[in-house]
Amino acid sequence: MTAQPPVPSKQKRPFFLRRGPMENIATGLIGLGFLMLFQPFLLIFYTWSLVTLLAGTLMFIIVSKFPE
Amino acid sequence: MTARIRKRTGQFFRMRRFKTQVKSVTHTSSTILGEAVARATPVPIASRIRGLSDRSMAWLFITPAIALLLAVNIFPLIWAIYLSFTNFRANRPNAALENVGLSNYSRVLNDPNIWQAMQTTAHFVFWTILLQTLIGFSLAYLIDRKFRGHAFWTTIILVPMMLSPAVVGNFWRFLYQPQIGLFNHIVSFLTGIPPSSFEMLGSVRLSPWAIIIVDTWMWTPYVMLICLAGLRSIPDYIYEAAEVDRASLWRQFWSITLPMALPFIMLAVLFRGIENFKMFDMVTLLTGGGPGSTTEVASITLKREAFESWRTGRASAFAIILFVAVFGLANIYVKALNKVKQR
Repeated sequence: MTAQPPVPSKQKRPFFLRRGPMENIATGLIGLGFLMLFQPFLLIFYTWSLVTLLAGTLMFIIVSKFPE
Repeated sequence: MTARIRKRTGQFFRMRRFKTQVKSVTHTSSTILGEAVARATPVPIASRIRGLSDRSMAWLFITPAIALLLAVNIFPLIWAIYLSFTNFRANRPNAALENVGLSNYSRVLNDPNIWQAMQTTAHFVFWTILLQTLIGFSLAYLIDRKFRGHAFWTTIILVPMMLSPAVVGNFWRFLYQPQIGLFNHIVSFLTGIPPSSFEMLGSVRLSPWAIIIVDTWMWTPYVMLICLAGLRSIPDYIYEAAEVDRASLWRQFWSITLPMALPFIMLAVLFRGIENFKMFDMVTLLTGGGPGSTTEVASITLKREAFESWRTGRASAFAIILFVAVFGLANIYVKALNKVKQR
């Protein structure tokens, strides 16, 4: 009977440095900003649409450079 | 006999010697010519080109294209971003520019008229893309059946796409005439209502649809063409395997045709979406944004702000907002497209 050597657990990156979830958040922000820009219901949503869109787009540009 | 053979052999060797001499003369003359060209070429350029690496040569070739791109696309974009923070007016180009900070953005994002223009644009983009995709894909599916005369019908269907928007706008104005317009008469024939009882371009309710109809008529062939390329790229053996498995036509469509043509459909939607956000010429020719501001899409509002109200700085801010919206959407769309391709 031989003892199995312990398998080193893979170091997990912090959440905000993981590409997958951060890209999803950025995509969600862009989608939300886009809907806010073109919706016909509330002017306040239209007013804040650019900020949401910009935040999402910049975030997407940055996080899409993270390793998989 | 022997003498004749000897004579022939002698002739053969003389001929070969002559050919060798001609060859050597040609070689010598080409060498001389090459040296003369090399001498005529200015030495610094020649040595510089000879000394370049492959990478440097590549840069040398693409530099003109990059310079043109920078001059025509990137510089105006940066200039527009700069102007969006100023009080620039195009009718007073020599006036001193004043930095107004985010005030232009704040005004654009709180203006109900511009908000209305965004809704008009969204309505136009949504319906044109939906109709063009549905009709375009259906036409491509039919044309792909390769029935008798399909090449002729493909050419006929592609004609609207080849016309200039100015021509299309003008003749659709005639088609929409309430008294003599063919469109009104066809609607009257189909529904029984008098042709002069409705005005496609003058009615608040109908004018947005009039533009959607014209854009769909003109650009559906483009979507059809891209979808047709997608359908033709599906190998026949997949359908043959499906038939061996006794898959119904309906099943084949949902499991083979649509998933494999999806990247092409998405590409067509992306191209048409970007193009329709910028729609200007057709709307200007058909309604000019009217009646009232019913068909005033974002690009018309932009032009009015910049060159009729002469608030060019504010118009620049509006243009940047539109750019950010389209850029952001294109980013996530390309991501989705890549995912579909990888399946």
